[in-house]
Amino acid sequence: MASATVVAPAALTSRDVAAAPPMPDVLPPVKPRRGFLGFLRRNPTIVAGAGLLLVMLAIAIFAPLLFTTDPTALAPARRTREPSAMYWFGTDMLGRDVYSRVLYGTRVSLLVGFSVALLSSVIGLTIGLISGFVRWADSIIMRIMDGMMSIPPILLAIALMALTRGSVQNVIIAITIAEIPRVSRLVRGVVLSLREQPYVDAAVAAGTRTPVIIWRHILPNTLAPITVQATYICASAMIVEAILSFIGAGTPPIIPSWGNIMAEGRALWQVKPYIVFFPAIFLSITVLAVNLLGDGLRDALDPRMAKRL
Amino acid sequence: MTALLEVTELKKHFPIRGGFFGGTTGHVYAVDGISFHIERGETLALVGESGCGKSTVGKAILRLFDITAGQVVLDGKRIDDMTAATLRPLRRRVQVVFQDPFSSLNPRMRVRDILAEPIRNFGLARDARDLEERVAKLMDTVRLPRDAVNRWPHEFSGGQRQRIGIARALAAEPDLIVCDEAVSALDVSVKAQIVNLLQDLQQELGLALLFISHDLAIVEHMTHRVAVMYLGKIVEVAPKRSLFAAPKHPYTEALLSAVPVPMPGAQRERIILRGDVPSPINPPKGCRFHTRCPYVFDRCRTEEPKLAAPRTAMAPGHVAACHLHDRPDSENPLAVAKGEAVIPV
Amino acid sequence: MALLEVDNLQTHFRTPDGVNRAVDGVSFSVNAGETLAIVGESGCGKSVTAMSILRLIPEPPGKIAGAIRFEGRNLLELSDREMRGIRGNEISMIFQEPMTSLNPVLTVGRQIGETLRLHQGLNAKEAEEKAVEMLTLVGIPEPARRVREYPHQLSGGMRQRVMIAIALACNPKLLIADEPTTALDVTIQAQILELMRDLKHRVGAAIVLITHDLGVVAEVAERVVVMYAGRKVEEAAVGPLFRTPRHPYTQGLLGSMPKLGSSLHGEETRLAEIPGLVPSLKQKIPGCVFASRCPHSTELCIQVAPALEEKAPGHVAACHYAMKEGALAA
Repeated sequence: MASATVVAPAALTSRDVAAAPPMPDVLPPVKPRRGFLGFLRRNPTIVAGAGLLLVMLAIAIFAPLLFTTDPTALAPARRTREPSAMYWFGTDMLGRDVYSRVLYGTRVSLLVGFSVALLSSVIGLTIGLISGFVRWADSIIMRIMDGMMSIPPILLAIALMALTRGSVQNVIIAITIAEIPRVSRLVRGVVLSLREQPYVDAAVAAGTRTPVIIWRHILPNTLAPITVQATYICASAMIVEAILSFIGAGTPPIIPSWGNIMAEGRALWQVKPYIVFFPAIFLSITVLAVNLLGDGLRDALDPRMAKRL
Repeated sequence: MTALLEVTELKKHFPIRGGFFGGTTGHVYAVDGISFHIERGETLALVGESGCGKSTVGKAILRLFDITAGQVVLDGKRIDDMTAATLRPLRRRVQVVFQDPFSSLNPRMRVRDILAEPIRNFGLARDARDLEERVAKLMDTVRLPRDAVNRWPHEFSGGQRQRIGIARALAAEPDLIVCDEAVSALDVSVKAQIVNLLQDLQQELGLALLFISHDLAIVEHMTHRVAVMYLGKIVEVAPKRSLFAAPKHPYTEALLSAVPVPMPGAQRERIILRGDVPSPINPPKGCRFHTRCPYVFDRCRTEEPKLAAPRTAMAPGHVAACHLHDRPDSENPLAVAKGEAVIPV
Repeated sequence: MALLEVDNLQTHFRTPDGVNRAVDGVSFSVNAGETLAIVGESGCGKSVTAMSILRLIPEPPGKIAGAIRFEGRNLLELSDREMRGIRGNEISMIFQEPMTSLNPVLTVGRQIGETLRLHQGLNAKEAEEKAVEMLTLVGIPEPARRVREYPHQLSGGMRQRVMIAIALACNPKLLIADEPTTALDVTIQAQILELMRDLKHRVGAAIVLITHDLGVVAEVAERVVVMYAGRKVEEAAVGPLFRTPRHPYTQGLLGSMPKLGSSLHGEETRLAEIPGLVPSLKQKIPGCVFASRCPHSTELCIQVAPALEEKAPGHVAACHYAMKEGALAA
């Protein structure tokens, strides 16, 4: 019945072919860009963020080569000089070169930011996985996390620093503890939703043991949201570190960090603003870079963002 | 010989947690005492509307959670109370294909690893070469090119992903596959491809299928027997032809008459049910269908009907849970075969 | 003059890997009071067509070309302000998912009243009275109580009725329904389809029904446009389309559907498959879009796109080989 309404191809030879008019292009053609370069082109935020961050990283690593002097060398005779060809960012109250101090300060900031992001992600991931899989532990862990989250991270970090002496290592530990609840909550939420995925059910039906399910089916799928979260934690850790150092509860004064450079310049803010200004600019740029990277990654990794229609 | 799968008085109640301390404030009576069996090589369809508990039944058989009450017996062995370790080797015999071709494959695993997982878990391959050979054969079985094993799930279309899902189920060499709405999310033309594939596989491999679906036309095409669920209960079970030609439960009759058919202007008797399905948290007393039944009478509101074979059933094995069949035929609108009236031809 | 004339509509999207020609040269018209179904599988462009009519396509990345004439006015040339006066007033739309298209924090009455106050300048009291009237029209029991309820207090079927009430509140001349029953259960779908048939007689609005379900098409439509890969491949009145489909794609679609009642007559046949996949719309297809999957395709089909030809009175199909009525079969 149905196929009777189509003529066999051979019957067509003698009749004219009715061709449809060609359709014009409404939009200019797009050249598809694939591979790594295509990814970068589609995600300019990542390029901007990662680029700035790389510059900061280079500054931190190569600080001794970037025309710096000893950042801790005191020179009472040359106190509070204005920025000049000799002292690019001027000198502070003790005559130390602010340019060198700011550049070396990058090390502390990045070290704290990256370490906290990494440590709190790893620990938060572990806690989140346990809490998402072990039902009896979940309510206990989550109540503890709720309790910790009711204290602002900065206050918690200050309290923890008060218990110990100031060192970069202790700053990292204190901020990490303060950030763990956030990551744990995120991971737990992701784990609970992943556990409901049909592919996890199918793996259970296929006889896969729970540890393998976590390792193979849950963990890889938590990495994208955790990476994004880690960048935000990195940015926040840098700010918290600067605040801790600023109020004298962080990095010891012997190690230059943006926070304690600003703290030392605070008293002269009205007359010699550059001592505070330069470390502040560096902090802002670095935090901006990390946040840009995070936003870019979020957009690129979130499947819900319909990038390709 | 015993049936491949025998389910008796299966219940699954989900607790509703609420309040500050997370106490139980009520239950969702998702599945509330159902019994059925599946023979080797047979397709049993479980049909019903969303929320009737049909998917919960599928997951209970797969032991994806513990059941509240009842028994699930696979090939003579009771599996509902086994420990996880004793159960694991038996899991090989019951596999699953899910509805959504996108969320049913781990996006971070290549097709090869997806198919190898059950083979490794159950120790089905002798060595690495045998494993590779088995994966390649599975691709042949589901009509996908062998070299596609190196690709990621997102590189495939919905229909192709569903084929991968079927191949994963077959990898364990099961006796029974639970198809949970396995073709519902697919486009018409792709759906036909997958339906044909499932039918071919069943013939070739002698598989039994539990075909969970809301699509009656596909069910009629695919299955041998049909069980109709409503609000956590099975209301009718029958061999396919008997069910479609002479439904013996008012709900089945209404379902059949509600399916839109691609025949413009077709004449048919329409039974449009009023209202909505009641909540499974607080199911109605008596017959659960009485709030929407066009033939309801007093007894239905108080006494719950049991599954029983109506006198007027067309074939043996046809049971329905309806008080109408205790009445004289003259007072029973379902005494006659209504299939021809409600399905246009 | 037709109520709505869509003339050579093209809706394209800019994507990172090429221009997606989602709709590429589709023309059809809808007469006052008529129900036209646009049917096709996912990705065929049917929903994009509907969104284009209401200009709900974000530009960029989208771009709409061609002409959409509603009562003679080209909607594509109107200002955004003029367009807002048409949406929800003269043309309204029903979506597939009734939960996400209702605002969860406003009562049902407020949401129906909103359009009335906006477009018809009713005051709050009049709007509520009209809202109760609309809920009665769409068959919601106890409308006076229901107007004060929030969407989450209603079942899926009820919500879809509310959506229909909102859509009809301003007496639109055209109603676009995008998969209105797809998310619903079959018994609830039957209720909504009955309501739509009933309302058509009482309200008299023309309906453009977008669906993938040929069963639903057969039940409510008068005329059908079949779309495939962004193009219209066939158009006919509903009877002839189902009885004598002319385009191989339509034939394939009908053949691949299992028929309810097949077991009653012992005709247990294998389903017909349409082999292969829908082509990518990111490349220009010079020939027939269906050629790669068509059982009848030849070199001609791959090279030359077939024009839409009238194969029988009122029945057009875009196929070189579809037979014309009256022509002799080979």
